[in-house]
Amino acid sequence: MLGGALVTIRLTFFSLLLGLALAIPIAFLQIYGPKVVRRFISVYERVVRSIPLLVILFLIFYGFPRAGINFPAFAAAVLGIGIRSSAYQSQIFKGAIQSISGSQMKAALSLGMTSLQSFKNIILPQSIRIAIPPMANESAIVLKDTSLAYALGVIELLRQGGYIISTTYRPLPIYLAVAGVYLVMTLTINITLNKFEKRLKIPGIGIEERVR
Amino acid sequence: MSEEKKTILKIEDLHKSFGDNEVLKGVSLSLNKGENKVIIGPSGTGKSTLLNNVNRLVPPDRGRIYLDGEEITSQNINKMRQEIGFVFQDFGLFNHLTALGNVKVGLTKVKKMDKQDAQDLAMEELRRVGLEESAEQYPAELSGGQKQRVGIARALAMQPKLILFDEPTSALDPELIGEVLNVMKNLAKEGMTMLVVTHEMGFARTVSDEIIFMENGYIVEQGPPKQLFNNPDTERTREFLFKLTELYGEGDE
Repeated sequence: MLGGALVTIRLTFFSLLLGLALAIPIAFLQIYGPKVVRRFISVYERVVRSIPLLVILFLIFYGFPRAGINFPAFAAAVLGIGIRSSAYQSQIFKGAIQSISGSQMKAALSLGMTSLQSFKNIILPQSIRIAIPPMANESAIVLKDTSLAYALGVIELLRQGGYIISTTYRPLPIYLAVAGVYLVMTLTINITLNKFEKRLKIPGIGIEERVR
Repeated sequence: MSEEKKTILKIEDLHKSFGDNEVLKGVSLSLNKGENKVIIGPSGTGKSTLLNNVNRLVPPDRGRIYLDGEEITSQNINKMRQEIGFVFQDFGLFNHLTALGNVKVGLTKVKKMDKQDAQDLAMEELRRVGLEESAEQYPAELSGGQKQRVGIARALAMQPKLILFDEPTSALDPELIGEVLNVMKNLAKEGMTMLVVTHEMGFARTVSDEIIFMENGYIVEQGPPKQLFNNPDTERTREFLFKLTELYGEGDE
């Protein structure tokens, strides 16, 4: 079962990474980009979020080869889960970026920074901090959604469990064990990101919460 | 003796509208090196818009702006902005950086200055506004007056030719205004060229070389404080100054 768990971890990691790599430029363009781009992005998000993940995965793995685009099962799963996650992650970052006051952007520009420099040096470092709690949530969702890669034949945690059941005929303990492994992994993500959030906390901000 | 008067900022026939609302209807003014001019006027008369037009945070619709003889266009804007300090009403401090970090970031990221040199210069500017002891504190740990002094130090560190102040004390508690005004007074004494939008009559009266009274997108009257206070050309100027003085006091000194 360890092998399957490792595949699940790799699926989760690469899907989140792909999602993040797409989400930050998407969020940037959705706020600062020209109107046409903004329109296009909101359509992209709407569409991606409206299709069930399993349909996206089937489309990529079984549909695309008909158009001459072939992906191995693992890559197809990462692509599908990653694209789906990018639509959610970009929403997280959009909100986080917009919560940084406009006057900081103005102040950065007034020092002679370009808008990209202002974004990179001033806005992004603060947005990332704000995005950590919702990102922990999104990571847990992606982790659980990797179980759908089962349907493409990727031998991840769930399918590995299935294999073991087919030789042992003991579905109850095996599925419980699978569930237990998912639980441990989800908790690990949450605890790690929580620590990360505390370490990155900006002194003086968030004191109100502690009082409450 | 005769100090050469060099024009640092020249604004010609500036126009700006937001939708149907014409905020600036043709404003011209100029500022010589070392001069300190204060813009006063009722809210909504385009004072802030004027300052924001100068460094194109809000681009003007029509008119020309020259910094040290060179016209400011969108092409050279990042270079020009380095030479124009801007102090904001709501400070605009970068919350994830310490006071020192706020002052330093323009030096390292924009001027590409060596880290140690930037550190030394930033510390020097913090000292200038009396905040060397708060260098390692974050904006959320500072008082409003301290925040604004960091804002001023940040502008100063870029070695600007001119600093624009957009109501620098309007967001402050009354007892914190003094420390910010003192810093500004010292800058004026040191010969910094400043264009200040403020309601602080004491500052306008005692520090500025000239007061510019704006209303409805025009400059109604401009001149030395004594003239505007004692012998204004228009009744409207007299009325407005009277009201402000009544409201905010004559100021110390």
